[in-house]
Amino acid sequence: MTRRLLAAAAALTLTLLTACGGAGTGGRDGTIEYWLWDSGQQPGYQKCADAFQHQNPGLRINISQYGWDSYWSKLTSGFIADTAPDVFTDHLARFAQYVDLKVLRPLDDLGPTSDIQDGDYQQGLAELWKGQDGKRYGAPKDWDTVALFYDKAALTAAGVDPAQLQNLSWNPQDGGTFEKLVAHLTIDSNGVRGDEPGFDKTRVKTHGLASEGAGGGGWGQTQWSAFAASAGWQVTDKNPWGTHFNLDQPALQDTLTWYFGLKDKGYLPTYAEIGGSNSIGTDKQIQSGIAAMGISGSWMISTFSKLTDANGNKLDIAIAPTPIGPTGKRASMFNGLADSVTTLSKQPENAAKWVKFMSGEQCQDLIGQSGVVFPARPRATDLAIAYNKTERQLDVTPFTNQVRDKTTFLFPVTTNAADITALLQPRLDAVYIGSKPVSSLTGLNNQLNDLFKVAQ
Amino acid sequence: MALSATTRPDSTRPAKKRDDTRLALLFIAPALIGFLVFMVWPTLRGIYLSFTKFNLLTPPEFNGLDNYVRMVQDPVFWNSMRVTVYYVFVNIVLQTAIALVIAVMMQRLTRRTWLRGAVLTPYLVSNVVAAMVFLWILDYQLGIGNTVIAALGLDRIPFLSSDAWVIPTIAAINVWRHVGYTALLIFAGLQTIPETMYEAGRMDGASEPRMFRSITVPLLRPVLGLVLIITVVGSFQVFDTVAIATRGGPVDSSRVLQYYIYDVAFGRFQFGYASAMSVALLLVLVIITFVQYRVTRADSSDLN
Repeated sequence: MTRRLLAAAAALTLTLLTACGGAGTGGRDGTIEYWLWDSGQQPGYQKCADAFQHQNPGLRINISQYGWDSYWSKLTSGFIADTAPDVFTDHLARFAQYVDLKVLRPLDDLGPTSDIQDGDYQQGLAELWKGQDGKRYGAPKDWDTVALFYDKAALTAAGVDPAQLQNLSWNPQDGGTFEKLVAHLTIDSNGVRGDEPGFDKTRVKTHGLASEGAGGGGWGQTQWSAFAASAGWQVTDKNPWGTHFNLDQPALQDTLTWYFGLKDKGYLPTYAEIGGSNSIGTDKQIQSGIAAMGISGSWMISTFSKLTDANGNKLDIAIAPTPIGPTGKRASMFNGLADSVTTLSKQPENAAKWVKFMSGEQCQDLIGQSGVVFPARPRATDLAIAYNKTERQLDVTPFTNQVRDKTTFLFPVTTNAADITALLQPRLDAVYIGSKPVSSLTGLNNQLNDLFKVAQ
Repeated sequence: MALSATTRPDSTRPAKKRDDTRLALLFIAPALIGFLVFMVWPTLRGIYLSFTKFNLLTPPEFNGLDNYVRMVQDPVFWNSMRVTVYYVFVNIVLQTAIALVIAVMMQRLTRRTWLRGAVLTPYLVSNVVAAMVFLWILDYQLGIGNTVIAALGLDRIPFLSSDAWVIPTIAAINVWRHVGYTALLIFAGLQTIPETMYEAGRMDGASEPRMFRSITVPLLRPVLGLVLIITVVGSFQVFDTVAIATRGGPVDSSRVLQYYIYDVAFGRFQFGYASAMSVALLLVLVIITFVQYRVTRADSSDLN
């Protein structure tokens, strides 16, 4: 039966999947296969596809959507078995690996996308998609930052003025006004608040702050990255393509000691409470009343705006910026998605045309007006802000002001991303659970640095 | 013989014998081709790949014993080996004990076919579905399991999110699914024990537990030995339940060897290293099967 495993690991995949290659999705006859993972974005991009087909009568776009987890494994087997799409939505955490595996086409080499200008997009977004060889592997489509989502009802019940949330500050010593608020919003099963005498931290009904886990999968994007960066910390020596890591620095370790310390005080849910490896997100925690507020990304705006309570009544959700840190500034990770053309595409020029169209004004405006994400072009971003204001009565400027005020830092782009995640995730989980001290990250940091000495 | 064959008027007999061989080969061919193509060739190729650096998309590069050196030095590998052995131990002990009791009860207490069939029903559920269902039942906040525990006034148990509970929980889920099948195999073995043995036992005034100890268990040994070999080999390959329910967490406490191999191969594109670990697993299983076979003397029975 081990033979079965070996087969799966090595040759079965090759033989079986290539055998299915004949029926694969590699676009033919002017049909361009396009993949994305966010079902919320599919209607918007379908509109773009319709407009594109109208302008290019010979071409057809076929959009397929797969959930985040299966998306990447499907794509991987697609590359192996020659069933990968012509164009797919790419993530910064993955693209370096795909460049190394030589499955992405440089967009500079394709006619339609050779003239993409960095300056057309929000600052810094387009540059992120250039490989170490200086070539462009993705055309920017959208961007995201993080902010605090909160349940207005929970604030009213606590007697907190929402305006107060616009000027929160924190520090790794006592947590500042941010921790005071988190403590006040925490309620135990007897109705005692976290900052009141007699609070039972072992039986908490509502936590002041939601938890999205330890953050090993995306450098603490919706967990601790906003705190660490506002304390002046950066993941690597340079970004993109850093080769030296900073997990041994006090700025991070003090931040994490404070952040995961909130769990010991009962203010933050534990690893077990959020469901371990299959954790529920901030949206579900707020919805079910496990948490009063929490950090989440701008891609979740439409999900939050639709949340309902157990009786089906809409929850009144609002957004506040991440707190101001020891550096005197706020911070948010700035991440972006892009569209990439695969080397397996049999019609790269047509694929590039579609990529160019999606990164162009017309499509980006359509996406902005669908209000699901912030498009990469500034004008389309404004359309998204307006959509949220008028259609959802939601002020989303806590996300966009971070870009305006230049308080963002870019998602760390490195090679060996999959190996980094494999090392980082269990070790950070251990710190969150409390089975390893924060100082254990110093050893992990050496391991990460060694990756770049050995693997290259 | 040769002489008589030539003198015999009807000389078709030797030709018929050759025909048999050809027919036999024809019947064996489908299984043999499948065995060669899907078993032998991938195994050989896997062993070859374990000496290379290979990412599936570019040609493999020979790198000697590098993968094996890395394996010996990899603490995650040794941890996953330990976790797997722990899982196999809990899984097999529970499963065999319960299956034996069920099988004996099926034989000694009931003759109803539907009751015997009912024991097998969990086996009809796929591993993935079973894992999903238990994931929900055992959820810390919302699961009905923990709701019942909380209603009884006890503390909620983080079944799948604490390092102490996770392996016993996964082992129990798989026991639930496989115990009926194992019981059925043992039941088939019980049917081979002649009823006269039990009659003789009753004549001598032996109680049911005594007959179980002195008649059933010794005579069941060869079947039990084979069942153990099958279940232990299967148990070592636990994957689906872990992939669905915990993804190796919390930390590394349910990172069983198969899941680690999968992660290294398909998550990190290190097919060379993954193949090396697969070869290690193959060796472990060969050794365990060999030892089990000898210890249980599964090839001989006390019945004769």
